[in-house]
Amino acid sequence: MNSYISLTYFDLALAAIFLVINGALSIWLQLGLERKLLIASLRMIVQLVLVGVLLKSLFSILSPWLTILVALFMVGFAGREVWARQDRRLSGVWGFGIGTSAMAFAGAGITVIALTTMIGPDPWWTPRFALPLLGMVLGNTMTGISLALDTLHTSVIRERPAIEARLLLGSDRWSALRPVMRRALRSGFMPIINSMAATGIVSLPGMMTGQILSGVDPNEAVKYQLLVMFLIGGATGLGVLLATLASVWRLTDDRDRLRLERLTAPKSNA
Amino acid sequence: MLKVTNLTRLHIGPVDFVVANGECVAITGPSGSGKSVLLRSIVDLDPNSGEIQTDTLTRSKCSPIQWRKAVAMLPAESGWWADHVETHFHNTEDLPPLLEQIALHPDALQWEVAHLSTGEKHRLALLRCLESKPEVLLLDEPTAALDHATTLQVEALLGSIMAKGTSIVIVTHDPDQATRLANHHLHLENGQLKEVSK
Repeated sequence: MNSYISLTYFDLALAAIFLVINGALSIWLQLGLERKLLIASLRMIVQLVLVGVLLKSLFSILSPWLTILVALFMVGFAGREVWARQDRRLSGVWGFGIGTSAMAFAGAGITVIALTTMIGPDPWWTPRFALPLLGMVLGNTMTGISLALDTLHTSVIRERPAIEARLLLGSDRWSALRPVMRRALRSGFMPIINSMAATGIVSLPGMMTGQILSGVDPNEAVKYQLLVMFLIGGATGLGVLLATLASVWRLTDDRDRLRLERLTAPKSNA
Repeated sequence: MLKVTNLTRLHIGPVDFVVANGECVAITGPSGSGKSVLLRSIVDLDPNSGEIQTDTLTRSKCSPIQWRKAVAMLPAESGWWADHVETHFHNTEDLPPLLEQIALHPDALQWEVAHLSTGEKHRLALLRCLESKPEVLLLDEPTAALDHATTLQVEALLGSIMAKGTSIVIVTHDPDQATRLANHHLHLENGQLKEVSK
C-alpha cells in the first residue's frame, strides 16, 4: 500500500488561499491580526523551506560532526526557550544551564539509546532518524521543564514563610521544600500525561498522521508513534526531575537556608 | 546561655552579646535597623559570619538542624504549610493547658489555619517552636498583634519558660515590654548594639 502522492507547488498555493481568507476576515472585522498573520506565515514558509534544504543536504553528506553540530544547536535553542518561558529564573549561568543540561542529558541520552538499541539505523547517528527523533523528544521535554521550573520558582517565593517555618523547626532543605517540589513536578508531568491520555481519540498525533498520509501501513505508524511517545514520556519525566532537583539544590545551601536572592525579579509586574 | 561573638551580616555588626541562662535580653531599634536580620543570622537562616555558642552547642561545629532545635526562632510572620493547625505539631497531648494559659480556645488545634487571626497564628506558632524544648528562644515581636491583657498572659508564659533556665532574646517596639521582661536592654542602630541602662 505504498501510495505516496507528491504535492505540487500549485497545490500549496491553493491551500494558502485559506490563510488569505483569514487575513481578509481580520481586516473586515478590524481584528488587527492581519500583520501578525502575514509575518507568522512568512516566517513559517522561510523556516520550513530552509529546514528542508538543510535536512536534504545533511542527509546526503552523512557526516557525524555535522549531525552533532545540528543536534547541539537544537539543544541550545530549546534551552533558550526554557529560559525565556520562566517568569523568575535563577540568576547567572544557572538560569540557562540547569534547564539546558537537564534537557541535554535526558533528551539526548534517551534519543541515543533509542537509536542504538530500538530503531537501529546503520550508522546509528544517521541524521534522517536522529534529528527528527531528537526534535520530537526535545520539544516535549522543553515544555515539561519550563513548566516545572516556572512553577517551582513562583511557588518558592509565595511559600517562603511556610518553607522558612519548617527550616526553623529543624527540617532539612529537602523536606522543607518537598511540597513546592511536588507541585513543580506535577505541573511538569501534566502535559505529557494529558497528551498520552487524549491521543488517538481527541487528536491523531502529527507524526502518525504524516506517516499514514505518506503511505505507511497504519499499524506500523502506530508502532512508531508508541515508541516515540514512550521516549518522550521517559525523557520528559527524567528531565523534569533533574531540572527540579538541581534548581532546589541551587535555591538552598548546605546550611539548610533558603537563598531566594539567587532568583531574578519577575519579568512582568502583573 | 547564648554567646554571640563577632556576628556580621551585610550592614550589621560585628555584634557581641551574651544572654545568661534564664535571662532575657530585649532588642529595640528603629524600623529597618536590622533587628529581624540579626535574629535570622543568629539562627543561621541568612549567610553570616561569626561564632555563636550555647551551653551545649557551638554553631560552626553542629548541623543547622541541631542548631535550630536548640536555638528556636519565632519570626514576625508565622508560616503554615498544611490546612489544619494540628498537622503542624508533633505531639499535641501536653498542649491544652498551655493553650488556656495564653487565652487560646481549647479546640484551636482542630481549627483550619485559614480561619486564624494574626494574633492566634502568632501564639500557636510560639507553642510550636517550644516543642523542641529549645535552650534559647529568639522572638521577633511576639505580641505585636495582641491586646494588652493577652500580651501580659504571653509574657507570663515566657517568664515561666525563663524560670526553667531558657534564655530569651526578644525584639520589641514596646519599651514597657522591654522593662517588664528583660534583664538587659540593647538598642540596635547603624548596625551596632548599645546597652541601654535601666
